[in-house]
Amino acid sequence: MNQFSYVRPASQQAAIDAITRDSSARFIAGGTNLLDLMKNGVLAPEKLVDINRLPLKNITLNNNILHIGALTLNSEVAAHPLVKTHHPLLSQVLLAGASQQLRNMATTGGNMMQRTRCSYFYDITMPCNKRTPGSGCSAIGGINRMHAIFGASDQCIAVHPSDMCIALVALDATVLVAGPKGNRRIPFGEFHRLPGNTPDKDNNLGKGELITGIEIPHSPFTQNVYYLKVRDRASYAFALVSVAAALDISNNTIRGARLAMGGVAHKPWRLHEAEKTLIGKSPTADNFRIAATVATQSARTYQHNAFKVPMAQNSIVTALQKAAAV
Amino acid sequence: MSQAPNENPSCPGKKDKHEARRDFLKQSSALMALALTPPLVVKAGEHDETIAGLFEKMPVSMEINGKAYQLSVEPRVTLLDLLREQLHLTGTKKGCDHGQCGACTVHVNGQRINSCLTLAVMQEGKKITTIEGLAQGDTLHPVQEAFIKHDGFQCGYCTPGQIMSAVACIREGHAGSPEEIREFMSGNICRCGAYDNIVAAITEVKQGGHTV
Repeated sequence: MNQFSYVRPASQQAAIDAITRDSSARFIAGGTNLLDLMKNGVLAPEKLVDINRLPLKNITLNNNILHIGALTLNSEVAAHPLVKTHHPLLSQVLLAGASQQLRNMATTGGNMMQRTRCSYFYDITMPCNKRTPGSGCSAIGGINRMHAIFGASDQCIAVHPSDMCIALVALDATVLVAGPKGNRRIPFGEFHRLPGNTPDKDNNLGKGELITGIEIPHSPFTQNVYYLKVRDRASYAFALVSVAAALDISNNTIRGARLAMGGVAHKPWRLHEAEKTLIGKSPTADNFRIAATVATQSARTYQHNAFKVPMAQNSIVTALQKAAAV
Repeated sequence: MSQAPNENPSCPGKKDKHEARRDFLKQSSALMALALTPPLVVKAGEHDETIAGLFEKMPVSMEINGKAYQLSVEPRVTLLDLLREQLHLTGTKKGCDHGQCGACTVHVNGQRINSCLTLAVMQEGKKITTIEGLAQGDTLHPVQEAFIKHDGFQCGYCTPGQIMSAVACIREGHAGSPEEIREFMSGNICRCGAYDNIVAAITEVKQGGHTV
């Protein structure tokens, strides 16, 4: 690991100031991804700004809006009664990610900031536009079994690795941000970016901006929810394909539906068109199959990942069936 | 854990050549650091509570296995390296050093974490428990006893991490069934494949109603 200086600011403003005045400084919270990247030489910040002492660790419900502080641990969120009662999908996705040791370290804000696990991004001897803009993409034409089938560009076909974010995009969460120019709110679906010509930018945070928390609006999806994560081993692996499904069913009719996928795109992938096909329909396998077909219409595959399209379709059907059966 | 790899099989009091080499490396990197230190290291902002410059050590106090420590640590030292290299608590193992294997599992304020993926300076004021702090004198912890009884290991390298993780797994209430144990122990890899025996050991302790 490179040498770096270390600051532990006493206030949020001091943390933002410390990052703003130093271009190579980075916030550190759980550190589970940042230190991993630093050990591999992918990142070499000259200064770490430890934000762990800031008062951003809380879960509260006000006016039916759930607020989760950015430093709340993944394990704390997963186990919290308010989360389990009002947004059980979020609890499910968190428990599908990482290991209990990592969930005890990883924070809500940090989970959103984690980088892709594309092996070429991690291998500093290989070209990678995300790590070194303009150097090329080794995954296009390389081993791309784990890579994107939606929204990729000729610059980058990496996928976002988070499970947590798949539920948050499905639940229409909002990201709360503080920065040098004050506070702002970012709809979750607009937080992460598609690679386009700037795959080095994972998200739309500005310089010096700090995630302070997330808000999840009241939702009817408190019962018929399911997160299906398909991976190379039964636990503790990143998704090949994952599906978050949430249904609001009454009188055998789907009143509301949310669908989002992980492991398929550079950002948490919401399936708005597929959701629309379900509204007013009965929760049957045939209707779920139609949604799955619509969901994958824009898929584009590469040499080793064509299997992800039928896997995605089958996973959508299965996740919806499991959600409906709860 | 008679099969556990021994860090220093030769005379415990004497430095072997590896340790002598380690000291040499430490000294030479200290000299290198001195040579490279810029005259003005990064300046702290007005509101910064704590700062350590690029090559500067900073004071850290923590409690490890019930004992208070006042330490001086470089910012880039992980908790794992602090335990092993500076405090010679070598029971905690370095497996992958990337949070993928769980060999480095310790408890911080009662919660299990991967000590390889956190900086020692981030643990200011925390209470750390390592495998060395689990037994009460000569009396092994019930999970240690159960691992021996059920052959919960072969080479033994992952064992300290497995045991620390297993104790936490039971305390968390995540040892209710073999399936739940397997899911909540998935952060600990055993390349010898002692999983069935590990699950049996944890199940026995859980069902025995021991205080862990």
